[in-house]
Amino acid sequence: MTALTVPDRRAPVRRGRRGFGDQRARFWVYGLLIAFLLGSAFPIYWSFLVASRDSGMLTEQIPPLLPGGNFFANASRVFDTVPFWKALGNSVIVGGVVTLTTVFFSTLAGFAFAKLRFRGRNGLFLFVVATLAVPTQLGIIPLYIAMSDFGWTGTLWAVMVPNLVTAVGVFWMRQYTAQVLPYELIEAARVDGCSMIRVYWHVCLPAVRPAAAFLAMFVFMTSWNDFMWPLIVLNAENPTVQVALEKLQSGYYVDYSLVLAGTTLATIPILIILILLGRQIVAGIMHGAVKG
Amino acid sequence: MSETIARPVSPPASPAPPRPPTKLTLRQRLSIADVKIAPWLYISPFFILFAITGLFPLLFTAYVSLFDWELLDETGTFIGLENYTELFGDAQFWNSLVNTISIFLLSSIPQVIIAVLLAALLNTNLRASTGWRVGVLLPYVASLVAVGIIFGNLFGVQFGLVNNTLEILGLDPVNWQNDRFASHVAIAMMVNWRWTGYNTLIVLAAMQAIPRDLIEAAVMDGAGAARRFFSVVLPLLRPTLIFVVITSTIGGLQIFTEPKLFSELPGSSNGGAQNQFQTVTLYLYQSGFQFQDLGYASAIAWMLFLVIIIFAIANFLLTRRLAASGEADR
Repeated sequence: MTALTVPDRRAPVRRGRRGFGDQRARFWVYGLLIAFLLGSAFPIYWSFLVASRDSGMLTEQIPPLLPGGNFFANASRVFDTVPFWKALGNSVIVGGVVTLTTVFFSTLAGFAFAKLRFRGRNGLFLFVVATLAVPTQLGIIPLYIAMSDFGWTGTLWAVMVPNLVTAVGVFWMRQYTAQVLPYELIEAARVDGCSMIRVYWHVCLPAVRPAAAFLAMFVFMTSWNDFMWPLIVLNAENPTVQVALEKLQSGYYVDYSLVLAGTTLATIPILIILILLGRQIVAGIMHGAVKG
Repeated sequence: MSETIARPVSPPASPAPPRPPTKLTLRQRLSIADVKIAPWLYISPFFILFAITGLFPLLFTAYVSLFDWELLDETGTFIGLENYTELFGDAQFWNSLVNTISIFLLSSIPQVIIAVLLAALLNTNLRASTGWRVGVLLPYVASLVAVGIIFGNLFGVQFGLVNNTLEILGLDPVNWQNDRFASHVAIAMMVNWRWTGYNTLIVLAAMQAIPRDLIEAAVMDGAGAARRFFSVVLPLLRPTLIFVVITSTIGGLQIFTEPKLFSELPGSSNGGAQNQFQTVTLYLYQSGFQFQDLGYASAIAWMLFLVIIIFAIANFLLTRRLAASGEADR
């Protein structure tokens, strides 16, 4: 394979110089990638920059490009202006509960769809796939009416209950389970006297752990960033992080070093997840892409 | 036991040979019941929850849309299709529909092009390739609200960094808020910024799935890099690109957070003074929760649902045509 591409690299074989996927990348490839990454990182850096100075910097013709020392002062003002601790706690609770239930119900349903036989299995799975395309967000009006009938508006129930499971999760786990879990393992466990639920717990779950872990990260991030529905059902006293951010911004006068300190604080937890688990997240997205 | 499990190769279980009637122990009966019931039990949480929180609201939206139903009402008054007739004559609705489609086009087309180019760069033999991939994904983790606020600041009309830079370069500043097209560009920039990296990884995965020998055959035939890219790689990426386009259609037509937070008047759902960047979902929110007209908002929701279905079908037909022409090429 290398033998084929080597002449292509230096010999005068036509114009094409860059190989496809096998040659060492050239410096301009790195240059372009660095430029793109700088562009990607800049808005996040900018929000930290403004947060670490005061809003006065925004009126300067050429703003300073190094952070100042006011970040902690601005951050503590965030905690004074909106109930940010409560918002953080709420977001963690909502994200945690929604992630646990989604992963549990999705792996369970994925196991049944992939490995068990029952009447109407294909039809029901097709239904799951079809619901992927249905924008459930459009049902917010009746959902709101229902939540206020239950007296749940303003509470975390209203945010959690509609998000306990997703079709994406079921679809994703079904595809993965079908691929990695051999029938022999299930049969062996059944012969040894496992009930179905123990087969799921002791055989299926360990086998699908990588996909379940990716699903968990994905669900948590989605829940953390969810905005429209929490904005509708929660109020300023009991917000999630995103709702608190919006309240921070909707004063009469926008103090950007305050607001952007808030966005920085809200981004840090997810940034930590990306740094720690970036490799798995990338692998999960690319794996799902080939299946999709 | 093999009856319990859906092996694709195993013969159907039904024509079992007649067995002598044996008396089953309680344990065996329980085991059989377990096998029969288990699948239903395991899929039921999804279907029950989806029925309650997904399907029912969607259908009930159609019901509410036939009523004059205020936010705090117990029930509404039936008015038939009046909400819809009003909606068809509502300039603000058509305006929001045009805005949505304009922002959608401005965000999805450049995004797909950049994602393909970037994936091609990432597909070269890089040092620390995983590091680059994680780096590309960085904007994806920023929350939409944060993105909206940050870009609102960067594209500020008076003291925004973008306009400052334009002035330093000797160009005229752009009114990112009041100019309709400019505001769409700014909002599309947010969408592009956040999603390009994610789509790049999806395209990259598809690129890596392309068999090496196809590329090598093209090299042998003397095809240059550009020729290889356009004649071999791009056609093979088609299904993936269509997947990317369809997912961004469903998401892009419901865009809400970005225009809501981009507004110069924080907290407003107007989408600019002349509604110049109000999207359909934003108008839905405004009608339902600020003007408190749940019936009218439901009518908007159903219209948006129809628009999304139309776009999805158009995409599907396009897919089939492109796939068919792809077959013909080979």
